[in-house]
Amino acid sequence: MTPMTTEQIRALIARGKAKDTIFQALGIICLAVGLLVIFLLVGDMLLRGLARLNLDFFTSFASRKAAQSGILSAWVGTILVMFVTAMAAVPLGVAAGIYLEEYAKRNWVTDIIEINITNLAAVPSIVYGLLALGIFVYTFGFGQSILSAGLTLALLILPIVIVSTREAIRAIPAMIREGSMAVGATRWQTCRYHIIPYAMPGILTGVIIGLARAIGETAPIITIGALTFIAFLPPVPFTGEPAAGLFDWVMSPFTVMPIQIFNWTSRPDPAFEVNAAAAGFVLMVMVLSMNAIAIYLRYKMRKNIKW
Amino acid sequence: MRNVTERLIEFVLFAAATVSVLTTVGIVYVLVSESIQFFQHVSIVDFLTDNQWTPLFDDAHYGIMVLISGTLVSSGVALLVAIPMGTIIAIYLSEFANSKVREVAKPVLELLGGIPTIVFGYFALLIVTPLLQKIFPELPGFSLLSAGLVMGIMIVPYIASLSEDAMRAVPMSMREGSYAMGATKLYTALHVVVPAAVSGLAASYILGISRAVGETMILAVAAGMQPNLTWNPMEPAATITSYIVQVALGDLPHGSIGYQTIFAAGLTLLLITLAFNIAGQWLRRRFREAY
Repeated sequence: MTPMTTEQIRALIARGKAKDTIFQALGIICLAVGLLVIFLLVGDMLLRGLARLNLDFFTSFASRKAAQSGILSAWVGTILVMFVTAMAAVPLGVAAGIYLEEYAKRNWVTDIIEINITNLAAVPSIVYGLLALGIFVYTFGFGQSILSAGLTLALLILPIVIVSTREAIRAIPAMIREGSMAVGATRWQTCRYHIIPYAMPGILTGVIIGLARAIGETAPIITIGALTFIAFLPPVPFTGEPAAGLFDWVMSPFTVMPIQIFNWTSRPDPAFEVNAAAAGFVLMVMVLSMNAIAIYLRYKMRKNIKW
Repeated sequence: MRNVTERLIEFVLFAAATVSVLTTVGIVYVLVSESIQFFQHVSIVDFLTDNQWTPLFDDAHYGIMVLISGTLVSSGVALLVAIPMGTIIAIYLSEFANSKVREVAKPVLELLGGIPTIVFGYFALLIVTPLLQKIFPELPGFSLLSAGLVMGIMIVPYIASLSEDAMRAVPMSMREGSYAMGATKLYTALHVVVPAAVSGLAASYILGISRAVGETMILAVAAGMQPNLTWNPMEPAATITSYIVQVALGDLPHGSIGYQTIFAAGLTLLLITLAFNIAGQWLRRRFREAY
């Protein structure tokens, strides 16, 4: 091989640098596409749905006439379903996370639980819908109710809550536990008064991300057979004739935001597209603000915590 | 007393941890038990070889390949978008971008990954399809192509963030060695970092495939729900997931054969996902590099 001249070497370096620059541009373009999609989506839904985004839209039920349709039953349903989901997923997920980090011995039972949680995260959400259809709706007899939907979504986000709880707990240094136990606290007292409070911001972040995922989930709720046309609200406790019980609403039929959007996008009449856009915008605002809170919390945490 | 309480609490916590195992058992039980009843009416050979899927017609055919073709074509389109884009973003963020860009880019990707799939469905049907129709005038209103493209965008954040984690885990000394030999950043990224992180990249692709195969709402909204044995992304077609949605939207009696088809379809979906995941774990072990 003949040695290269200075010019050749310079040309080689220039070529290498040019390739670096081209690749960087490519990377920025790919990132920009992602950003563009978010803007295009939110912008399009806002512009298209703007006409419908008024108070009436939030206080009216769905209707056969596009211009009179609203999302009252949908947003109420979404909030109630999320309430059930949080009530089920948070205690279960946090307890499971604490068990795996603080109590579990290294044995095959623990291994099975851990492998299982990893694998559940890869199971398509519609499969959870089929599980709920077979177990909650028919075997337990919950029917197509808020309870069935809430529990289904709770199972779906359980891995997210467990994993974030574990990560938050793992970040707490061992000296905290040792200090607590050295003054005579039991394992549970250590968890109750030290581990859980210190892990709280991390757990909260995971819960918000989980709920933001659940709020937009459509497929499992359609699979349990939730109706799409609901022009009434679940019974308010202690009202009506005869008076509704405190928990009667959990067995009520319902609709949620994503189902209402799906219903409107799948109609041939383009007048409903405007409703879909408006409802989609409301849903996006809900999801994006939840995610933004979670991102902010995580950012704050990274800045504040110094052990 | 103290010991009894402690034991009790430990037991309660353990019970909570087993819920995830019970979920898996429940999924397998429901899918398998309903599928067994389904396969008492339909032979497995017909299920796998018939080229028509018309379970709700009088002349019922149960050829799952029809739905699998839709699933594979849409996933293929999605991965053609998501794998290159996700990998490029990951390489850019881990090897080129400074920490400021990363601080901005990561939350943006997270937000993109958090958009509800029904909203992506709306995006595919009402924005992407009309745009594509300007390029391909013969494209129908529902197509696997536009659903797949949007699915690809949806999957990019998963692939990008997992791949970036894998590449950042490659020790700095390896890059320094390569720079010391006179290699450029790009050469180092492609010939040193990527090969070293290949098991992590494979894992992120497998997760992307799982997401694509299991994605439901984008396809239900934008790909049409007509069963269609095709390998052409320009056509509308049903997938395994959108078929389940379509049946669930109707009013099928519990225990009928139509009701059982969605569990057989769900079992097929789960087996496909499982197969990809096992392949992924094998790949990971095969190419794992330890430092």
